Amino acid sequence: MKLIMERGAPGRHLDLLPPCDVPQVTLSRTRQEPLDLPQVSESELVRHYTELAKQVYGVNDGIYPLGSCTMKYNPKINDEMAALPGFSQVHPLQPEGTVQGCLEVYATAEQLLREVTGMDAVTFQPAAGAHGEFTGLLLIKAYHRSRGDAARVKILVPDSAHGTNPASAVMAGFQVINIPSSPDGCVDVEALKAAVGPDTAGLMLTNPNTLGIFEKHILEITRIVHEAGGLCYYDGANLNAVMGEVRPGDMGFDVIHLNLHKTFSTPHGGGGPGAGAVGCKELLRPYLPGPMVERGEGDLRWAVPEHSIGRVKDFYGNFAVVVRALCYLLTLGREGIPEAARNAVLNANYMMHRLAEKYPVAYAGPCMHEFVLSLQQLKEETGVSAMDIAKGLLDRGIHPPTMYFPLIVHEALMVEPTETEDKETMDRACDIFLELWELAHSDPEALHAAPSTTPVGRLDEVDAARNPVLRYQKP
Amino acid sequence: MGSYISNTPEEQREMLSAVGVPDVESLFSHIPQEVRAGELDLPAGLSELEVRRKVTGMAAKNRVYPTVLRGAGAYRHYIPAVVKRLASREEFVTAYTPYQPEISQGLLQSIFEYQTMICALTGMDAANASVYDGGTAAAEGVAMCRERKRTRAFVSACADPQVIQTIRTYCFGAGTQVELIPEREGRTDLEALKGLLDQESACVYLQQPNYYGNMEDAVAAGEIAHAAGAKFIMGVNPIACAMMESPAACGADVAVGEGQPLGLELSWGGPYLGFMATTKAMTRKLPGRIVGQAHDGQGRRGYVLTLTAREQHIRREKASSNICSNEALCAFTVGAYLSAMGPQGLAQVATQCMSKAHYFAGELEKIGLKRVHTGEFFHEFVTTCPRRDEVLQALDGAGILGGLPVEGGLLWCVTEVVSREELDRAVSIIKEVCGA
Repeated sequence: MKLIMERGAPGRHLDLLPPCDVPQVTLSRTRQEPLDLPQVSESELVRHYTELAKQVYGVNDGIYPLGSCTMKYNPKINDEMAALPGFSQVHPLQPEGTVQGCLEVYATAEQLLREVTGMDAVTFQPAAGAHGEFTGLLLIKAYHRSRGDAARVKILVPDSAHGTNPASAVMAGFQVINIPSSPDGCVDVEALKAAVGPDTAGLMLTNPNTLGIFEKHILEITRIVHEAGGLCYYDGANLNAVMGEVRPGDMGFDVIHLNLHKTFSTPHGGGGPGAGAVGCKELLRPYLPGPMVERGEGDLRWAVPEHSIGRVKDFYGNFAVVVRALCYLLTLGREGIPEAARNAVLNANYMMHRLAEKYPVAYAGPCMHEFVLSLQQLKEETGVSAMDIAKGLLDRGIHPPTMYFPLIVHEALMVEPTETEDKETMDRACDIFLELWELAHSDPEALHAAPSTTPVGRLDEVDAARNPVLRYQKP
Repeated sequence: MGSYISNTPEEQREMLSAVGVPDVESLFSHIPQEVRAGELDLPAGLSELEVRRKVTGMAAKNRVYPTVLRGAGAYRHYIPAVVKRLASREEFVTAYTPYQPEISQGLLQSIFEYQTMICALTGMDAANASVYDGGTAAAEGVAMCRERKRTRAFVSACADPQVIQTIRTYCFGAGTQVELIPEREGRTDLEALKGLLDQESACVYLQQPNYYGNMEDAVAAGEIAHAAGAKFIMGVNPIACAMMESPAACGADVAVGEGQPLGLELSWGGPYLGFMATTKAMTRKLPGRIVGQAHDGQGRRGYVLTLTAREQHIRREKASSNICSNEALCAFTVGAYLSAMGPQGLAQVATQCMSKAHYFAGELEKIGLKRVHTGEFFHEFVTTCPRRDEVLQALDGAGILGGLPVEGGLLWCVTEVVSREELDRAVSIIKEVCGA
């Protein structure tokens, strides 16, 4: 497929602006090199992107069981509301009195999410989950510092955690201590006890964890960390399994992030924008990034928390994403929120049950919203890897599960169907998974060669990284 | 209650029976009772029509100004219809990060094209697939320049205050020391900078044009930074890049900026996009996703996420940054915008912004307001303004969002969407209030 830079012709353009109605001026020192941007007509532009659109797979195209990513259906009303001119045309530096509706969006969403999570305050400034982790960890850092407790420099992270957890901890200036999992896939409580101490700043935990297992000793875990003087951080990536059923605040967590683009249905946009709302208990509220929405006398206004860590980004966060999440919260409400979690868990268990007919599940027992298959045995027997099965799925119109994660499971495929998939879609997907198992035994070469129906076959990623070509240059 | 659950109660029963449990509650039975929530104190769910009414009501409480003369980091520019249409294509909107390149070529190619256009605009060698916004791009740029023995970052006091605050917060995490380069008459005091830099200096961050709209001597700032062995980071307005010397020509090691002017709605501050570009030498220090060209077994050209050995999902605590989600759809939009504008279109936007801002500044001076700073400016400038609050109120009454109150007066911004008539009307309102 041609690049937009390979289309068009010199002089082609769109007519968009009227002539300048004032005398023209320019800078004394101006750009010397030519501005090498595409020169295309409007129809050419539309055809180019339409062609690109045919080579993208979104939730609208079919099942997207990407574990830990919660690729649920993105309701269209949410997009329509976010695009209302009353939101989209508002300048972020307008006076408070002229943005009461925007402030109400934040105040309402905060109130609902406080109840869902059991937290005392929620900020929408972080733009993504990892950004929320970074923010939450800075709250922990500021909290210990304010108490003169500068020795708390270590963050404990289970070995099954998302890669962002240790990376965020380092960005926040902490050392990372990995905590091993026990044979049942949960945090090894004895190892945790041995790891905590006067240098413990906190623990980061996902619950249910990335194996789709609920940490049943959660109260003991958070108690151990608290008794050692540390704080507990909840990675909300997997909240979809338990929202409305279990609240992070009740499990003993002090600070959390939510991925509004996962649990609360906002679209991923091919990798973003998301929103990483951060909630915290009262003890961390004074450190939140400012400004926060506050109720004044008859109106809403901004206020900067007393010991704020400062801004983590410009303005107030990905507002249009929060509007979408608010629409979702209002739609589901009291009954709908737990109902979504229950159906996410039911769907995952149903798919796990069907796939377990052939595929070994990494950890037995009922799962929560996702489960992990290990294809290690399949690979030993047939040479067919998790990657080969994934590429076979591509040829059959299914988006593959998350591959090779969590790292503690070999040849992992992590499956998360979400509550919005229906039974026949899951049945069809399961039939294809099971067919591929058979194919791995009967014709492994066919899977090594997959995919064959996609616009390109497997791309040489090693060469791409060794000799990086990161932009188009004219021949 | 609204719901997006597809399965009927009958299908749910079938599935439960296949799994071998009597009810859904059985699947939650291993969770300790002590942490199970009772019924939450939330309002009942709403139908789509009810949600529409409620949220439309909230939007109606906001004021949308027909005329905006305020920028300071967020700018109302003209967004071509074709850009809005393309950016709402749901194939792109509903996709995840392209982990499976064979079925994501459209998305990957759009980001590769975006990276190419950001390189063209800045003159730099390589760009990433975006970060959250201009402030975080600047903060990540500072992180790129930190070395083991160089842990002090020098940031111009004339940069956007929000960007400075974001840099400070990120540096609080990393333990990097932030020093402000003082302001002198609306510009970065480069003489002072010379005296500040030492062997522990990691970088100098300069905004061009600066927060007050003034043009800085970027070439000189870059030379001073490099003479001390520090890296030079430029935060640039991408529209101004069509007219001013490019960051590469000014010697920048890292060029960053807020991409919102390039086709993104104001949306009360987000989602926007932070663009980041750098030299060949520093490419592997870029944070976040990067798309690169690759070939398949048949020699067909394609695109993949590349240089992933920098990233959190591979390197965990050794990653160069924690970024995972970025602003991909905004990058797509910027690519479509720059393609729609082309070189002449973008230059036209830059010229009109600057010309209209100068016309407006001239008219304001005619009625007695004074520019607070001298020298060249792009599309923003600060004037004195007696009876400032009354002026803003009078403009507000006429549907005009006036300049932003800053120390010394008002920070005005004019873009191509404001007509001469609107500017003249604003001037006559101000004249009336100020009684000149």
